Parts: sequence; C-alpha cells; structure tokens
Amino acid sequence: MNKAIDNLLGGRQGAFGLLVLAALILLVFPLTLDIFRLTMVGKYLTYAFVAVGLVLCWGYGGILSLGQGIFFGLGGYCMAMFLKLEASDPESTKIQSTPGIPDFMDWNQLTELPWLWQPFHSLGFTLVAVIAVPVLLAFIIGLAMFKRRVGDVYFSIVTQAIAAILTILIIGQQGLTGGVNGITDLKTLLGWDIRSDSAKVVLYFVNAALLFACILLARFVLASKLGRLLVAMRDKEERVRFSGYDVASFKIFVFCLAAAFSAVGGALFTLQVGFMSPSFVGIVPSIEMVIFAAVGGRLSLLGAVYGTLLVSFGKTYFSESFPELWLYLMGGLFIVVVLYFPNGLAGLWKSQGQRLVARLRRKPVSAPDTSSASRPAAKSSPLETTP
Amino acid sequence: MNSSPLGFQLAKPVLAIEGLTVSFDGFKAVNDLNLYVDRNEVHVVIGPNGAGKTTVLDLICGKTRATAGSIEFNGRELTRMKEFDIVRAGVGRKFQNPSIYENLTVFENLEMSYPEGRKVFGALFFKRSAAVVARVEEVAGQIFLAERLHQQADLLSHGQKQWLEIGMLLMQDPELLMLDEPVAGMSVSERAQTAELLKLISQGRSVLVIEHDMEFVKSIAHKVTVLHQGRVLAEGSMEAVQRDPKVIEVYLGH
Repeated sequence: MNKAIDNLLGGRQGAFGLLVLAALILLVFPLTLDIFRLTMVGKYLTYAFVAVGLVLCWGYGGILSLGQGIFFGLGGYCMAMFLKLEASDPESTKIQSTPGIPDFMDWNQLTELPWLWQPFHSLGFTLVAVIAVPVLLAFIIGLAMFKRRVGDVYFSIVTQAIAAILTILIIGQQGLTGGVNGITDLKTLLGWDIRSDSAKVVLYFVNAALLFACILLARFVLASKLGRLLVAMRDKEERVRFSGYDVASFKIFVFCLAAAFSAVGGALFTLQVGFMSPSFVGIVPSIEMVIFAAVGGRLSLLGAVYGTLLVSFGKTYFSESFPELWLYLMGGLFIVVVLYFPNGLAGLWKSQGQRLVARLRRKPVSAPDTSSASRPAAKSSPLETTP
Repeated sequence: MNSSPLGFQLAKPVLAIEGLTVSFDGFKAVNDLNLYVDRNEVHVVIGPNGAGKTTVLDLICGKTRATAGSIEFNGRELTRMKEFDIVRAGVGRKFQNPSIYENLTVFENLEMSYPEGRKVFGALFFKRSAAVVARVEEVAGQIFLAERLHQQADLLSHGQKQWLEIGMLLMQDPELLMLDEPVAGMSVSERAQTAELLKLISQGRSVLVIEHDMEFVKSIAHKVTVLHQGRVLAEGSMEAVQRDPKVIEVYLGH
C-alpha cells in the first residue's frame, strides 16, 4: 500500500477500525433507526467533531480546553445567521413592524439589519465564516496564552472563563443574537427545506462524511512529524523548546485545528437540529464534550466517536427516566474514567478486547503485530489510534 | 582579571560571557561573571552546590534572562534572543536529568532534533528522507544505541537515556554543546564510555560541561573553571586548579 494512504488509515488495524465505525454509522444506524432516532444520532455525531478535536488538542497536545463549546457555538451561530436571514424574507415576515429582518430583532425594536449580519446573506461567506471566525478566535486565545507560556490548568480555567463570557455576551445582546432563546425557526437552505425527512437523511450522511474527513485529517496530522512533536511536547516541553522549536506555534496550530473541527460540528448541528442557542456554548456543554473524549479514550480518534455516542445515548436515556440524577451520574462517570481507565474505552479495548479477540481466534496475543505487542499492554503507545 | 590565564589568545572565543549577573529577588546567583570558551575546547565548570553552574547554562540557552551583562556567541548577542533562535544559532544544551521523550522510540527521539521541519507546516509535511535515516543511524552508533533504535525510550536505562539526550544534541550539530552533569548516575564503565564519546564529539566543536566527578573531569577537560558564589574562583588546567589553595578550601578539600 502507498505509504501516505497507509498513514491515513493507520495501517491494517486502523483501517479495520475505520471500516467498523463506517459500517455502524453509514449502514447499521440508517437501516435500523427510525428518522427521529437517526436525527438524534446525527446530532450526537456533531458533538463527535468536538471530541475528535479534543483528542488532538488534549490527548496528544496535552492542552485541555474546557471551552470547546465556544467554537462549536460560533460555527453553529454563523450557520444559523445565514439560515435565519433566508427564513426572514419580507414575504414571510410581513406582519412584523419591520419586515425582512429576523423576528427576534423585530421584537427587540430593531428597525434594520445590523451590519454584523449583512454579509451572512451570502452562503459562500457563511461557509468561510463557519471555520474562519472560530479559528480566528482560537488563534487569538492561543497567541495570548501560549506565547506567554500559560499552560495546564490555568489554560483550562481561562478557556472556561471565555466560554462563560461568550454565553453572557450572547444572552445579553438579545437584538443581535436572539438572546437566551438563540436563533430558532430555521427553515430552508437555498430553498431546500431542511426540516423534511429526506433532508434530514441527506444531512445525516453529509455529517457522517465530514466526520470521517476530519478523522482522516487528524490521522494525517498525527502520523506526521507534527504528531510526534505534540507527544514530545506533552512529555518534555522544555526539551522541545531547547531543540529549536517554537513550542507556542505548535500549540496554537493544534488548538486552532480542534476549534475548526468543533466549528464544523456546530454548523452541522444547526443544520440538523434547526436552531442554535447559548446553551451549546457555555461551560456545561464544553465539559460534556471533554467527557465524551475521556470516556472514548483521549488518545483514540475513533474512541472519541464511540465515547460521544455512548455518553449521549446514556444522557438521553437517563435524562428521560431520571432527569435529576443525570448530572451526578455523568460527574461520577468522568471521575471513574479518569481514575481507573485513563485511556478510556479505547484503552480498555487495547488491553482487554484485543486479547479476547486473539484468544477467541486461538492465536497468541503477539502474533501479527510485533511492534505493538512487544510493549507492555498496560501502557499503550500514544501514537497508535485504535480501535 | 583572570579571564585569560593562559596569557595568550589565538582566535576570538566562540562564547564570550562578560559582566554576566542574574539576580533572583536580590540574591545574585551569578555575579559579574566573565567566562570564555574557545573554539574546539572542552571547558569544564566545577564548583560546590549553589555556585551558579546550572544557572550559567540556563542564561546561555535563554531559559533564564540575565539582569546585566552580555553573552556573545560567534558575534551574536544571546541575552535577548528567543530560546529556539539560540538553538538554531548553534547552541545545544543537555539538561541535568535526562530529558527525553519517553513515549517515542529512540529513532523518533533522535529524528525530532534533526534540524529540518522545525516550523508548523514544515513539520506537517516533513518527509523521513534517506538522509534523515542515515544521520539518525550514524548518531545512534556514536551513542551506543544502534541496536535499540526502535525501542521505546522509557525502556532505556538511566545511562542510556543520558546518551540519548547527548545524541539528540548531536543531531542538531551544534557549534557549542553544553552538558549538565552528563555522567550523573552512570556506572563506572558507562562513565568511561561517555568520556570516549565526549572526546569523539568534541572534535570540531566547543563543549561546555558541568560535572562533579573529578576523575571524569580530569579525563576530558582542556580547561577548568571553578565557580563559587556566582563568581569565577579559579581557572586554568585541571592540575593548576587542583593545586590552587582557594579551590581546595571551598571545594576540593571536603
């Protein structure tokens, strides 16, 4: 196999893991779930973009951002602004005192579209903004923090504070953002009704395809020298710095990349769910997304997707049955995972699952892949992205 | 001034430290220090604990910023340069505790210091060319780790980790190599091997070493500087320094 492609797929094992996940998302779910449940999975998968970004940024780069909701939200808001403008044509808003502007602006006594909204008439601009706005913010945060060597827990706290500030800002600027309700009643994308069942199925597959694109891009990054540098920086930052690298620029890069992934997820969330609100920007959703990555395994791109799906299913099930218990359960889950399974489901799979599969096949554990089997099982290599 | 005790100087020194002072909340860890390292010289700095030896290395490589004074390396003033620029200018530094990437293989550790792909997109599209592999293998041979190239670095012994870090510096091919206690924690045979290694790698470059092990110092040093309370106490050949009554009093005597 071509070496570049081999790197992308992560060797035979990585390609197999990718295939299993693809089969699950592209075949099993669409064939077995009704449209309501499928849309729900689609919604969960938009969170998986954030979790995949966190694997890069937190798992490999050691940068724990507790504010990924910022970028998810900004991406989602950019998309929502375009859709809202399309839904607010003068014809359908003629009962407003100022027709042609979004309804919540009319309620807030605005009489013309704010300048900030003007460019979002263009889909091209919107698609660029979905990525560019969050990445620009991530770049500024990264520049301000990493160049000054703010790291570890201080960085986490700062990101959390920014998430809180942004939420307050969005809620406060009701006329501009729709306030606490967010931007709702989104109807069409260039005339295509996104609320129809057929549109939902199409969007589900677009979502899945983009998620796999992000995973492959992440694999490319991890397989490159930059991926090894991230691990090196996590191990011994000083050594990397005194080997001639500008450590901050690499941190900024991976933080921006994670922000871009989150933003794509946010935009797809808006498209599939039909609204965007500040409840997806703040501290709680941001921490939930970290838990997805932690449960899945913070060193495993595919594990992050499984973690997202499992925790989200769990959340839906438990919050339907025991709404008041859910938050405690999730907190407990996080603590247990961090304490006992630091590499999450992927780590568990690596240490236990593969052994089980090997035993079932009646083959010794160390049969095909000597490079990984020669290492102690308990300490999994960070450079492998399994399952 | 005891900066040039030999009384003559053929060429400009590679590294010229003059009037260097650093003060931590009033405590002067390095106090008006003058130190010169000549081309192709193995220069060892010794001195009691707290004499400011490691701080001097920190100041040269930019980890600590000087309060006053200058550090000139090949005519370039280092005191205001960024750490990575100092490295790129040709200064390599080994830390006191072996500082290697334990989650990477020996090969990857060495490759990481190959002076290519040091910027974000350079690293993203870095290709492991035949030249890189050849260089890694060459250095691995020098540091006695040729057989362990594909082993994860955390499985190495302490001494091997020290060698690996020296190897990582060799990958950079620095003009000035600074080693902070390179044989600390090594067995006797490992020390002898390291002395051989130092003799080999000091050809064509200057080496600044901090070391406590006097036997080792004797076997490698061209010139020895004794630091005491942030100042130069004595300087010269190992024999001269060992006979110096001041040195015996503060350092060698006990």
